[in-house]
Amino acid sequence: MERIPILKMGEFLLVTIQVDMHDRLALTLQDDLTSQIVKNKAKGVLIDISTLEMVDSFIGRMLGSIAGMARLLDAETVVVGMQPSVAITLVELGLSMQGIRTALDVEKGMAALTAAVTRAREAADDGIEL
Amino acid sequence: MAAKAGLGTVLAKRDGQIIERWLELQAAGGRSISATERQEVTRQSRAFLEALVAAARKGSTDNTSGPEWARAREILTDLSASRAKSGYSASETASFVFSLKQPVFAAVMEEFGKDPEELSDAVWQATELLDALGLLTTEMYQRTREEVISRQQQELLELSTPVVRLWENVLALPLIGTLDSARTQIVMQNLLDAIVETRSDFAIIDITGVPVVDTLVAQHLLKTVAAARLMGADCLISGIRPQIAQTIIHLGVDLANVTTKATLADAFAVALRRSGQAVVRLEKRQAGEAK
Repeated sequence: MERIPILKMGEFLLVTIQVDMHDRLALTLQDDLTSQIVKNKAKGVLIDISTLEMVDSFIGRMLGSIAGMARLLDAETVVVGMQPSVAITLVELGLSMQGIRTALDVEKGMAALTAAVTRAREAADDGIEL
Repeated sequence: MAAKAGLGTVLAKRDGQIIERWLELQAAGGRSISATERQEVTRQSRAFLEALVAAARKGSTDNTSGPEWARAREILTDLSASRAKSGYSASETASFVFSLKQPVFAAVMEEFGKDPEELSDAVWQATELLDALGLLTTEMYQRTREEVISRQQQELLELSTPVVRLWENVLALPLIGTLDSARTQIVMQNLLDAIVETRSDFAIIDITGVPVVDTLVAQHLLKTVAAARLMGADCLISGIRPQIAQTIIHLGVDLANVTTKATLADAFAVALRRSGQAVVRLEKRQAGEAK
């Protein structure tokens, strides 16, 4: 069965969606990703959708719910490289995904993740010191 | 029926005489033209008359939409299109066909002068035929002009939404003129494409030049901001005039999630600050370095 590979990079997980997302694939990704986060104790997830050219409301919602699940498992999610046409479609569908971090490309997404994780860690450190 | 064949025959028989007189008339009546243009007109006239004679001999003269008139129509279409593009007026273009009337009538007169019935028949046919062709010319002329107008509209749409790069990672989109759905679509697309292309983190939409903001325009702006955010860029709105601020609040549009500033300069300053950059005076910087 077709699967989307999840790569581990330090404390982050990297997902590059390079095929057309269909609903089954999206659900499998959701399962795999949540179990990988737990297994690797990942602090951040980066989802690269720069080659994704079409989305529907299901995939849009799925991206949102993956971010929500990751947050519950103490990992930040950043979605990078969304195509203009995809962004317009999502907005027209009324999915503005308020809770999700976004970035223009993988490089900027990594920087944002690192910054967010560092911030979270500092906040936690401060909490311990108090 | 005899008369119908008559007009075609007359045209065929006297085409030399007709073309000569016709060219004279065109040269006298039209505007002053260069030698090359005159050659072109002569060539077009000869080609058209040939097609006209061929069609008139073959078929009926009262239905110019038939297949035997295809060649004549094609010549007229080309002529109208080229004249519309090179700035001829509608009447100048139509007079190409209408100036043919006199020589044709003269030829008919000479042929049937002794027979009033035949004469009036042939004259009537010629009038109808040339009127129909004249109308066709005008129609084609108008169509070409309309094409030119719609193309210019399209170009204006594209021209009027330039995305400019203000700074490293900061784009600006100065909007000028009324925003409608079609235009906003193009604006949105252009901006998002530019964001991808330049990898800019900030985009400033300046609406100083937008005269009216209604709910629809506000909706479009919000959509653009949301789409840019989804792609990972921050979108600011600047250039909100006092009246527009009042309208937006009266309309109950919620711009709370969008950073809005009164001027482009303010928005630019915000973008710089958020990206961790600053513009400082040279003396101050030197003083700071000295410390």
